[in-house]
Amino acid sequence: MATSEVGATAEIVPQAGPRVRLSRGTVFLLVVLALAVLGIGLQAASDVTLFAQITLNGLSLAGLYFIVASGFTLIFGLMRVVNMAHGSFYMLGGIIAYLIQERMLNPDPTSFDLPQATLSSFLIPLIVSMFSVALLGVLIQQIFLRWNQGQELRQALITIALSIIIADQAVARFGGIAKEISVPVRKSIELPIVGMYGTMRLVMLLVAIVVGVILVLIISRTRFGMIVRAGVDDRQMVTALGVNIQKVFAGAFFLGAMLAGLAGVLGGAVNSVNKSDDGKFLLISLVIVIVGGMGSLPGAAVGAVLLGLIDSYSDVYLPDSVTNYGVLLTFFLLVFVLAIRPYGLFGRPA
Amino acid sequence: MIPARLQWPVGFGVVLVAALLPFVCSSYTTSQILTRSLILGLAAASLIFLASLGGWVSLAQLGLYGVAGFTVGNLAKADGGAKVFAMDIWVASLLALVVTVLVGLLIGVIASRSEGIYFLMITLAFGVIIRLLFEKATDLSGFGGINQIIQPSLLGSAQLDPERIYWLCLAICVLVYLGVRYFARTPFGLAFQGIRDNTPRMRALGYNVTLMRTVAFGIGAFIAALAGVLNVWWNTQISPGTIDIGPVIFLLMIAIIGGLYRIEGAWVGALIYVVLDNRLRSIDVVGERVATALGIIFLLIVLLSPGGVMGIYESLSSRWRRTGVTGGATSDGDGTATPTVAGD
Repeated sequence: MATSEVGATAEIVPQAGPRVRLSRGTVFLLVVLALAVLGIGLQAASDVTLFAQITLNGLSLAGLYFIVASGFTLIFGLMRVVNMAHGSFYMLGGIIAYLIQERMLNPDPTSFDLPQATLSSFLIPLIVSMFSVALLGVLIQQIFLRWNQGQELRQALITIALSIIIADQAVARFGGIAKEISVPVRKSIELPIVGMYGTMRLVMLLVAIVVGVILVLIISRTRFGMIVRAGVDDRQMVTALGVNIQKVFAGAFFLGAMLAGLAGVLGGAVNSVNKSDDGKFLLISLVIVIVGGMGSLPGAAVGAVLLGLIDSYSDVYLPDSVTNYGVLLTFFLLVFVLAIRPYGLFGRPA
Repeated sequence: MIPARLQWPVGFGVVLVAALLPFVCSSYTTSQILTRSLILGLAAASLIFLASLGGWVSLAQLGLYGVAGFTVGNLAKADGGAKVFAMDIWVASLLALVVTVLVGLLIGVIASRSEGIYFLMITLAFGVIIRLLFEKATDLSGFGGINQIIQPSLLGSAQLDPERIYWLCLAICVLVYLGVRYFARTPFGLAFQGIRDNTPRMRALGYNVTLMRTVAFGIGAFIAALAGVLNVWWNTQISPGTIDIGPVIFLLMIAIIGGLYRIEGAWVGALIYVVLDNRLRSIDVVGERVATALGIIFLLIVLLSPGGVMGIYESLSSRWRRTGVTGGATSDGDGTATPTVAGD
């Protein structure tokens, strides 16, 4: 009697297997999420203004993260190149913009801060810096990576070596002190509920949304985007159909590096330009694309929002005694997502 | 390559010469060049162990090395870190090995589900997270590091008896080397290499691929932990900067110089790196920009010689042999032959 029952279930289980396992993982994730939301909600109810500020902080941070990570994921998705110099591109973006702006504004040598910039003395460094970094990206791709197509590890190692050189040269030229890029707007503006809030943070969030929309339009509406989508799915087939994929590769590298440079300028205006930013933003890009799924733009957006909110909430809502261990939450985010979905939330096996 | 029957005598000779070096070298050289090379080589060996047998390039090894070092620093008597324990250094070091292997297994469970470039990215993320944790959590890392970690009395004073810690490191390196060579021939080691070469087939043959990979990652973590413990015994201090992204990359560079697929390359690479790091500064053109010079050397090695220095040696020796004897197999039959840099 008992054995026949076991036999009966054994017949059913293989069919239900994958579904059951997925739902167990999802349930677990949902429970964790619900607990987090409950905890944050209780805190939020006690101080709505604070909660709104922190949430906005998290979202604007997520915006910055998204701009960096979208370039990283674009390059990886199309070319399978893990660009270990992506953090260096971010850092260079900030440094180049700062150095140009410093020339333009002739700061008082006794003061650490630059005087307030005008619109042109902010936009010119921004644009020059973006395009310089984009050009550097294309140069690196053409000189070092193009002839190593398909050798993923070697390409990663090449970009690692370049990131060492860039980091060391940046320290030599720029120095070790964090500096702030001057902006042509008031420091803060009044918002409903939130109260006074940093203008540049809002600008950053807005730029991120615009970048996201433009990227989605490029990917879904243009010929370039069509080839990128096809290339992500089957590179060899695209080449066989007569598309000059090398041009598309160069274009993707241009775009990816340009986005990193743009983020570097925005980050330098909101926080500061710092010599250790390269490692930090490489990590952020890595975590976001691992969590979101490598090569996926929606994945990068979701990953960026998760990471931005976790960073922002953990800074404030964790009890004082454990607030220093906040980075462990990033670790657990990575572990949870990879345990349930080894290729990331939106990822597919290569 | 060295013929099989000469491998033992040659290996013995190399170790003997290495053991006698402190008698001819200054105490600075013994400590700062030789001992440092052995410790970095051991850390690189944990990377090459995974790369040669598993086909994985792990960038979490230096993070694990740091976990071991910081655990010793916190548990033993030291300046900075958690002061409540003040354990005996041997107990603290043993516990550090256990803790690091556990952390390694946790990372291994997650990372072993991925392959190739994904594995590299995931382990790098874990490595950087470990470093950020120690940087932020000042109750674990002191402010700017843990200093004056007490050394085992067996080793005497670091300044007066630099050769004692050197010999200890040498002995442990030899044991690890022999252990890894032995491991490669055990059924588990062979299966692990089988997984590297053809994962679906090994899975189809009934091997528990994920479990075996996780255990192998744990062994790699153990080797990294040994290096981390020896490092704090030698250096008596550790700071988050020890496991920063720069050193992570230089450890990878050591492994690449060594060739990524021969375990002895780890120490060759480490010695070359340490000598370069020490001497480059005195060249006028280089000056303060040692990292730039090292980066350029790294770039050249990656671009020109996929097999690293050991690869150059092998291609030279096989060319030399071809002029004498006809043919000449380059595989040395212990299963650690694929140059991992060249392929993907």
